[in-house]
Amino acid sequence: MTVSSETTMETDQPASDDTLLRLEDLKVHFPIKRGIVLDRTVGYVYAVDGVDLRIARGETYGLVGESGCGKTTLGRGLLRLVEPTGGRAVFDGTDLSTLHGEQLRRIRRRMQMIFQDPLSSLDPRQSVESILVEGMRAHGLDNDRTATSARLRELLSAVGLPVTALRKYPHEFSGGQRQRIGIARSLAVEPDLIVADEPVSALDVSVQAQVINLLEELQTEFGLTYLVIAHDLAVVRHISDRIGVMYLGSIVEETDADTLYQEPLHPYTKALLSAIPVPDPVVEDQREQILLAGDLPSPSAPPSGCRFHTRCPWRQETRCDSERPELREIAPGHRVACHWAEDIAAGKIERHAVDVELVKETEAGPGAGLGGAASVTEMLST
Amino acid sequence: MALLEVRDLSVVFGRKRQKPFTAVDGVSFSVAAGQTVGLVGESGCGKSVTSLAIMGLLPKRGVRVSGSVTFDGTELLTLSDKQLRDRRGRDLGMVFQDPLTSLNPVIPIGLQVTEVLRRHRGLDHKKAQAEATELLNKVGIPDPNRRLSEYPHQLSGGMRQRALIAIALACQPRLLIADEPTTALDVTIQAQILNLLKELVAGTDTALIMITHDLGVVAGLCDEVNVLYAGRVVERAARHELFADPRHPYTHGLLGSIPRLDSARSAKLAPITGSVADNIPWADGCAFAPRCPNALQGCVEQPPELETQDTRLLRCYNPVLPATTAAKEG
Amino acid sequence: MTPKLLQRRRERIDELADAGDAGVSLAKDALRRMRANPVAITGAIIVALFVVLAILAPFLAPKDPRTQYAELKNQLTPESIPGPMPGFLLGSDQYGYDLFSRLLVGAQQTLIVGVLATLIGVAVGCTLGGLAGAFGGWVDTALMRFTDILLSFPSILLAISVAALFAETNQWTVIIAVSMVAIPVFARLLRGAMLAQRHSDHVLAATALGVRRRTVVFRHILPNALTPVIVQATLTLATSIIDAAALSFLGLGDPDPSRAEWGLMLAESQQFIEVKPELAFLPAAAIIIVALGFTLLGESLREALDPKKRR
Repeated sequence: MTVSSETTMETDQPASDDTLLRLEDLKVHFPIKRGIVLDRTVGYVYAVDGVDLRIARGETYGLVGESGCGKTTLGRGLLRLVEPTGGRAVFDGTDLSTLHGEQLRRIRRRMQMIFQDPLSSLDPRQSVESILVEGMRAHGLDNDRTATSARLRELLSAVGLPVTALRKYPHEFSGGQRQRIGIARSLAVEPDLIVADEPVSALDVSVQAQVINLLEELQTEFGLTYLVIAHDLAVVRHISDRIGVMYLGSIVEETDADTLYQEPLHPYTKALLSAIPVPDPVVEDQREQILLAGDLPSPSAPPSGCRFHTRCPWRQETRCDSERPELREIAPGHRVACHWAEDIAAGKIERHAVDVELVKETEAGPGAGLGGAASVTEMLST
Repeated sequence: MALLEVRDLSVVFGRKRQKPFTAVDGVSFSVAAGQTVGLVGESGCGKSVTSLAIMGLLPKRGVRVSGSVTFDGTELLTLSDKQLRDRRGRDLGMVFQDPLTSLNPVIPIGLQVTEVLRRHRGLDHKKAQAEATELLNKVGIPDPNRRLSEYPHQLSGGMRQRALIAIALACQPRLLIADEPTTALDVTIQAQILNLLKELVAGTDTALIMITHDLGVVAGLCDEVNVLYAGRVVERAARHELFADPRHPYTHGLLGSIPRLDSARSAKLAPITGSVADNIPWADGCAFAPRCPNALQGCVEQPPELETQDTRLLRCYNPVLPATTAAKEG
Repeated sequence: MTPKLLQRRRERIDELADAGDAGVSLAKDALRRMRANPVAITGAIIVALFVVLAILAPFLAPKDPRTQYAELKNQLTPESIPGPMPGFLLGSDQYGYDLFSRLLVGAQQTLIVGVLATLIGVAVGCTLGGLAGAFGGWVDTALMRFTDILLSFPSILLAISVAALFAETNQWTVIIAVSMVAIPVFARLLRGAMLAQRHSDHVLAATALGVRRRTVVFRHILPNALTPVIVQATLTLATSIIDAAALSFLGLGDPDPSRAEWGLMLAESQQFIEVKPELAFLPAAAIIIVALGFTLLGESLREALDPKKRR
């Protein structure tokens, strides 16, 4: 990894002063421990393995990938809810990795999070009012009772809940309403950045759209910057300005939302796009599908070279399995981590079949293509 | 004649002293041999309960099933447990949402496949083993001989779902019911599984009932689609017709609330307001009326019936105008 | 929007507002569901009766339980023990005490032992578990190995060993011995629950919100981790009562015969079981019924507090 070239490229950009968040070679590795009395580290899960990205003030950056790709860990690592193993996260000029204790706690006010499961992310014993007030109190924003109560009303009306909600408890609401409470909680402390981790995937389709629209309205109203993490590319594309596609701990392609759909360059992005069902039979019948062979390799034993080479239908004899591709800027604002991106785009390289036998099956590795919320962190913490 | 004929199926849950809850409320549809039919709806619309009722997998206590389900002329609802078990293995196969809990965790995959083969097709050990290898191969599990001796937890989610499909297909059932088979899987794996299902039923006489909340899944797969809301079918149409021209306000709303990969990004989503908690009971009118942008006075006075409109069935007094008419008027 | 629909919607909103302007907290909701559960009601009635009887026992007892009555003693022979007679509802026991009064007072004794043993068990166990859960690391490892050792003994054997350590036994040795059995259970339980809570989304959410660590522990982790402890405490009351009775039965209890205690009554009446079976049967039944009451209450409490069962 050549971090330095990446960093200089970023700082050379004249517009870098409107950068709100910058990640530089961020890494989160979880040790795998064995042993009864004394734990021995027998290996690492490379959940996030060198991610560089930049989020401008006011934009929505979408991070998309399948389960086990490390997207959730990335979101938590940059907020230091899990400790990064290496690299830096620079928020509005402040290097978060240098902050400790009270300083870190203070800056949390400006970076908030929305969770996937709206019920489990709300304390079942707290009423909505105390859930909303808690953050304000932690940051000294709750000094005047009438001001606080006015603020609470304002928050509830911003997320579309009645004032009567204040004295109720999370279990009394529907899924969509709970997610609104979660959103109101993060808004309560007037953040600049909101990391939304799968904000709609636990909701019914008809309710998803309500929450997506709400997030968009709130962004305009409060000038928020979003990092939206999701597995659903259609949702991410709808709300994001720029999108990063993650595969096995690193970003493989990054560009603006329209370009990503129209000219995907990385083989994985192409496969991902073609795999998403479109609710239109005409499109479905016509489009060409790129079916990937096998499953996601285990993040504890990532393939050598390009992490995607074991499943890549464009894989070449050279470089792919020996040299890890770095994220290169191929067109303005379009970065791809593939040695052969230009040749693939120009049609010089043909797609070929991938022998499934070649795919190294994971032996029950953590997060190996596991469904649902089985992210690496959850696997390890249980 | 249709292979499976569901007539007026109702399922009411409710133990003693509890308020009865009608999960499925007079659902009728039929599936012909070789046909793929979709049941689409959001959580709580009764789509899964319908499939469990067809398979006879609902608990006996506290559940009342009425109506009729005939399979190849035989009434399934009145069959004895033993007869039903026989049918389930042989004629009806089912694939569930969560492959991990549907497989027995302490028995190797191979044994779970051969068990079915020996029971329903009377194969001896050797033949069953060979057939099992063949089946795993067919559903795209690499190195099937090794996999046969492995336990479910040693397989990835996608592989488990393939194994489950192999078990469901073991006896070459004439009807396969897939209940959210890809919901727990990643999109690239989902594409593999959907493709597999498509290949398995294409060109054969096997009928498939696809139960899902994802309209995208249905769009590429089903010949005919039933949209369920609050336990009733609200719209039924052929695939192309339904997606090109959703007439029921609910179907229309669902399609409008899904962000599409190929649509313009600036287009704002048109969500359905409220949630299922706003529903009114069907006895009082249309359950969807409180959330419906097209609701009329009549909608809350008398529930609409499922009626033929052009080439589709529709349960609505004031459906969305057909796209062509709307375009002319606009 | 038609007028009728509008009215419906308004009604629904009113309904929502009525349904809980105050909101239904977790505890209220659990209480509501316990009230609808016949098992819980049975348990609660047994426990309530027992507690009331135990507290009021000194006033309810028709005779002094510590007096050997001459009119009873006079009739005691190796072949017969007086049955019910005027003034003595259940007759005499083998020493000439009033059986009914002793049974009543025994309830008080049982309640004191059960409650105190459980309280000590909860207090010490939760302190250990709380420390392990809050600090983790070597504190956790050391404390948990200690509890593992305690847990590796069969519970009654542990209680007997502890009781046997004391030179002379009395009420307090019983309480301490019985509480020793409960301590490791509560320590492990609270630690496990706290660890689970520590990794839960809502704790992560509070941390992300910038809430102070101390507040997170005391407001979010601990209250939610205490739920299983409360359930376990109710169930432990039952086992403590049985354990205490067992210790008395084995002769490791309070040896003072003038003190009425169900386990001791059961033990000492063994040799008279053919003469007057009620002497053994009544205290045994009392122990079983009370233990059952607490168990029913505990189990239904567990069910009512289970978030998965909610709606």
